[in-house]
This record gives sequence, C-alpha cells and structure tokens, in this order.
Amino acid sequence: MTGDARLLHVWQARFFTRYGSGRPEMADPKEHGTAAVQSNSLRHQPDERGHFGGRHGGRFVAETLMPLILELDEAYKAAKADPAFRKELDYYLKDYVGRPSPLWFAQRMTEELGGAKIFLKREELNHTGSHKLNNVMGQILLARRMGRTRIVAETGAGQHGVATATVCALFGLKCVIYMGATDVERQKPNVFRMRLLGAEVVPVTSGAGTLKDAMNEAMRDWVANIADTYMLIGTVAGPHPYPAMVRDFQSVIGTETKAQMKAAEGRLPDVVVAAIGGGSNAMGIFYPFLDDKSVRLIGVEAAGHGLDSGKTAASIERGRPGVLHGNRTYLLQNADGQIEEAHSISAGLDYPGVGPEHSWLHDIGRAEYVGITDNEALDAFQFCTRMEGIIPALESAHAVAYAAKIAPTLSKDTLLVVNLSGRGDKDIFTVAEHLGVKL
Amino acid sequence: MSRIAARFKALAAEGRGALIPYLEAYDPDWDTSLELLRKMPAAGADLIEIGMPFSDPSADGPVIQAAARRGLKAGATLAGVLDMVTDFRQQDNKTPIILMGYLNPVESYGYERFCRDAAGAGVDGLILVDLPPEEADVLAPFAKANGLDIIRLVAPTTSDKRLPYVLSHASGFVYYVSITGITGTRSATTHDLEEAIPRLRKVTKLPIAIGFGVRTPQQAANASSIADGAVVASALLSTLADTLDDKGRATAETLPRVLAQIEDLAKAVRNAGGKAV
Repeated sequence: MTGDARLLHVWQARFFTRYGSGRPEMADPKEHGTAAVQSNSLRHQPDERGHFGGRHGGRFVAETLMPLILELDEAYKAAKADPAFRKELDYYLKDYVGRPSPLWFAQRMTEELGGAKIFLKREELNHTGSHKLNNVMGQILLARRMGRTRIVAETGAGQHGVATATVCALFGLKCVIYMGATDVERQKPNVFRMRLLGAEVVPVTSGAGTLKDAMNEAMRDWVANIADTYMLIGTVAGPHPYPAMVRDFQSVIGTETKAQMKAAEGRLPDVVVAAIGGGSNAMGIFYPFLDDKSVRLIGVEAAGHGLDSGKTAASIERGRPGVLHGNRTYLLQNADGQIEEAHSISAGLDYPGVGPEHSWLHDIGRAEYVGITDNEALDAFQFCTRMEGIIPALESAHAVAYAAKIAPTLSKDTLLVVNLSGRGDKDIFTVAEHLGVKL
Repeated sequence: MSRIAARFKALAAEGRGALIPYLEAYDPDWDTSLELLRKMPAAGADLIEIGMPFSDPSADGPVIQAAARRGLKAGATLAGVLDMVTDFRQQDNKTPIILMGYLNPVESYGYERFCRDAAGAGVDGLILVDLPPEEADVLAPFAKANGLDIIRLVAPTTSDKRLPYVLSHASGFVYYVSITGITGTRSATTHDLEEAIPRLRKVTKLPIAIGFGVRTPQQAANASSIADGAVVASALLSTLADTLDDKGRATAETLPRVLAQIEDLAKAVRNAGGKAV
C-alpha cells in the first residue's frame, strides 16, 4: 500500500465512522475518489466533479448558474493549457504585482523566541498589500479571455475587494464589490480605496452584514447578470472550479518559498504556518509542499474569543461538513444545518466555512489545523511589528501567533516559514480600538 | 399514481393549468402558517409549495429572504416543517405538497432519514435549489425508495444540449425558472415563455410549472396556460409581510388577505382554461 493509498484508507475509515456507510455516493471510493486511488500525489485533487477526496467541494449551485460554472471550467482548462496565458500572467505578476516576494529571515524574532529559525514569506509586499492580487490577476485575465465586461466580487476585510477594484481599474472593467454593512463600517480606509479605484461598493445588510452575507449577495448579482458578468471569488471556496483555480493562482507563493528556502538553507522548510479564513493564502503556500511529507503544514484558524466560546471562526475545529456557497466543506452550523455567524477580530477571517481542499487535508491528516484567539493575534501583531519592523495584517498575525507559540518548543535547526499574507495598515483602527487608543 | 401525477392528470382533464402557491413554513409563526396551509386548497391551491427556511438562501430575493428570517426566528426546523405536513394530511389527502429549500438543512438531517420522514408525513416532492443533477446522487436513491419526486429546475441558461441530462431523472413535474435572476424581481414576457416551454416539451413528457416572477392573476393565468402550472411565491409573501404588526406578529388581516389573493389568482387560472387537452 502506498502512502497515499494508506491515507485514503485512514480517511475512509474515519468517514464511515463519522457518517455511516449508507451514503450511496461514497459506497465505492474507486468511482469518486479516482484521483486519490490512481495517483500517488496529493496534488491531483480535485476529481472531474470538483470533489476533494470524493466528499468535499463539488458544484452546489442553482441550475441558472450551472451552465456558467461549466463554461468557466472549460475556459480555465483551456487557459491553463495555453502558454500565452501563462506568459501574460507571469508578466503581470512580475511587473505589476511585484513578484517574487522575498523570503525574509526574521532574526530578531528567532533570537527572542529561542527555537526554530523563523522566516516570513512577504506577501504583504505585493501591490495592494496582500496575497489577494495573485489570484485576482489570474482571474481577471481569464474573465477578459471569456469576454466579460463586468466584475462582481465579495469582500470581508477589503483586501480582496481592493485587489479586484485595482485590476478592474487596470483593465477598464466595471466593478461591483459586495461588502457586509458591518465590514463597511469597520474597514473604512479600504472602502475609500475601492471607491477611489472606481468600484461601486454595495453594503449588504442581510444577516450579520459580514463576509458570508456579501458572498450571498454577490451570487445573487451574478445569477441576475449572467450575460456580461464574471464573479471573481477571493478565496479557495465556492463551486468547482473556483477552489482549484484560486489555489493554482495562489500556489506561486509556495513554489517561490520552496526555491527560496533551498537557496537560503539548502533544503525544504520543516514547518509552514499560514492563517485560514477561506484559506487561499494557506492553500497557496501549502499546495507545492503537499507531497513533501517531511514538511508539517499548519493552518491557523481564528478562534475569536476562544474555540469553545461560541464566538469563533474556527470552521474546521468547531464545525462539521455541510453545503454552503456552492461547495461541501466544514461549516459553522447549528444542529438543524442553519449556518452560524462567525466571529473574529479580523474581518478577513470571520467566514463560517473554509475551502474544501483544507477540509480534505484535515480529514486525511495531511495538514494540522489549530486556533488562535483575538487576543493572541493582537499580541502577535505588536510582537511582529516591534521585532521585525513589519506590521502584519490581523489575519497574518494569527499565523505569527501560532509560530511564536511553537517556535520555542522546536530545535534550533528547525526551519519554520510563516506566510505573511498581508500588511496591517488596514487594521490599525481595529487594533487601536482594542488597545484603547483614539486615532 | 402519485398525488402529483394524479393532480396534473385531473387538471388536464379539466383543461386548465395548476395554481401552485408558496408559503414559508413558520412565517410568521407555526400556527399561522399551518392555518394558511390548511386553508389554501379551499382558496384554490392545486398544489402547494412549502419553503423550508434557510439562513443563507442565495438564490432568493429580499422578500423570501425576509420570510425565511421570520420563520427561523419563530423556531423553524425541518422536523417542525414535517409535523406541519403531517397535520395537514389529517384533513387533506389529495393536494400535493412540495417542499422547497436548500441542501444543507437536509444534509444535516440526514438524506435517508429525511426522505423516509418526509414521505411518512405526506410530502410528495422536493425542490432543492442548490442541488443540481451533477450532485443529485446524495439524495436520489432515498427519494426514489420513498416515492418522493425530485423536481428538477430548468433555467433559460440551460442549453438544448444540457436539457436531456437535466431532465433524465426528473419526476413529478419540471420547474421552469423563467428568468435569470433571483426570486421576486423581474418577470418573463409571454414571448419568452412561448419560446421556452416548447423547447422543454421536446425533451420531457412531465408537466411544466413556471416560477420566478409570477405575481399577478394575469401573469399566473398566462403562465399556467402556456405551461401546466404557475408558482406564486414572493407576491403572496409580500402581502403577508404587509399585514404583520410592528413586532412582526400576525394580525387579524393576515390570513384573509393572503387567502383572498390566492382566490384571485385561482380564478384567473381557472378562467384562462383553454388548454389543449
């Protein structure tokens, strides 16, 4: 039995223990878990139906959208196979986004913590200040290939919204950003940026007025404007092919990290840590390492007030599989399958779901998922700022916090990479408020 | 013969289409919505669609979203919705009941258990908005085993090439989503419908009901004569919402006004008649 077949076996055992074996779609893993059975790579998911490990992901959308999703799938496959598309994307990534981003050895942080050697993958240096632009650049080029002239997107903290508004400005496309009314209020600088860039920002008041509700509203817009509109999803969630496509566009992070670490230390890192909301920065850095079994992959969810406080965004640790926004994945939900509101100090992480590939990596045990509270993230925000002169996004501060927690327990020859997914300028108001400072 | 098939056959013999009103379970409370359900057949409902409230109804417009929110606030659960149908069946064993909703509460309840309990309660068909045929295998075997029809949605975006696939395992009737958009917003034109319905007829022998954007008696009459039935949802829920007091509670106006509207719709559908039998 190969390592992967064994993983699949373990996963099936867990699955049947948890859900029973009466579900016909799971009765024959050969039929639906084809990629995992035939291939010895964890990088060959999802299958044709968009299922990760036969269970997570998929395409759970209304019939009106189904033909569009299938068209998008075809268009993305064709683009992926077209060297001209790759060349065009590489050009924009290098000269507009500013790639490659450096891998910074965080010497002061390392000395202070007295354990593993800590490196920061500096996605916050990308144009617009986060990893979001990698994906958005890929998708906007695809939307142009597909002849779409109007872009809709959802945003939480505004990083994805700003990135989307930016590329729409760059290519002269109409841009509508849905943002929860609560987030519009707490992320004013980013709302102003989006409007400066020419985007229409629509505050969403349904639900708690956060990212989940913005996603619903963006889907409603898309279904009503299918002729000219492209929906530009910002994370590794949504109906297939979005989770795989966004991962592919973000995997430039992990590919660079691999090469940079080899150049710096002559070998692969031992631990990779990244924050998880929907999980696109984490999937981007994890993906190229999936088959490197020596590399521990750790996803850090927002525990909010604490994993058991009821005010959390930790979908994997405190949720269970369900269907929302076009895919099956771990979700925060009540006993009746109603989706619960997530809570995190970081508007970018308070989403009640997570990308389906993470759900699968969790089920098979390939990646570890842990929680960091609001307060721990706040501490790490200040720690990183003081130690390295780098103000991390509150999202990234969750990853920094977990790295700081485990680094002292690891040997000095351990190589640990933290994905610094974004910069914290947008969060200074939130942080100031929590520190009792008036700006 | 299933209740749905029997009802459409009887209506065809009468030479008219079906009026299919929609109510959101627990809106604004369990008692009121049960009372509305019980009185719908006498007001002229030929089949009844019951919405199962969901926290994130991403294909629905503001009116149904608000109704779902009221239902959830009133404590809606799937088990409670099934109890409502059980109660209804004590007095009415003929009117087909179709449950409409989103997948996650059903998945959470358990597909096999849900199909068994729904059939036991007297449900005839299921419409799950976010369950396209590509993913239907989670539910289909259990629905079939329990004699529940899975009602397929077809949209204007569904191509001729895709139609046979979408309709290959459909049963009960076909639900034609007449606009590309969310519920309760725009309406399709007669011209649109006259082009769309024959396209479907070529692929299926099942009755076809038109939904999304059917608001007025005239539109219902039109849709039910071009196709075989008309679903009216947002227009009824708006009326219901208008009768609630400022705390969102039902008033003495609530039932009479919604039922009167159903009567008007039913009259128009009956007068439209004239269907080729």
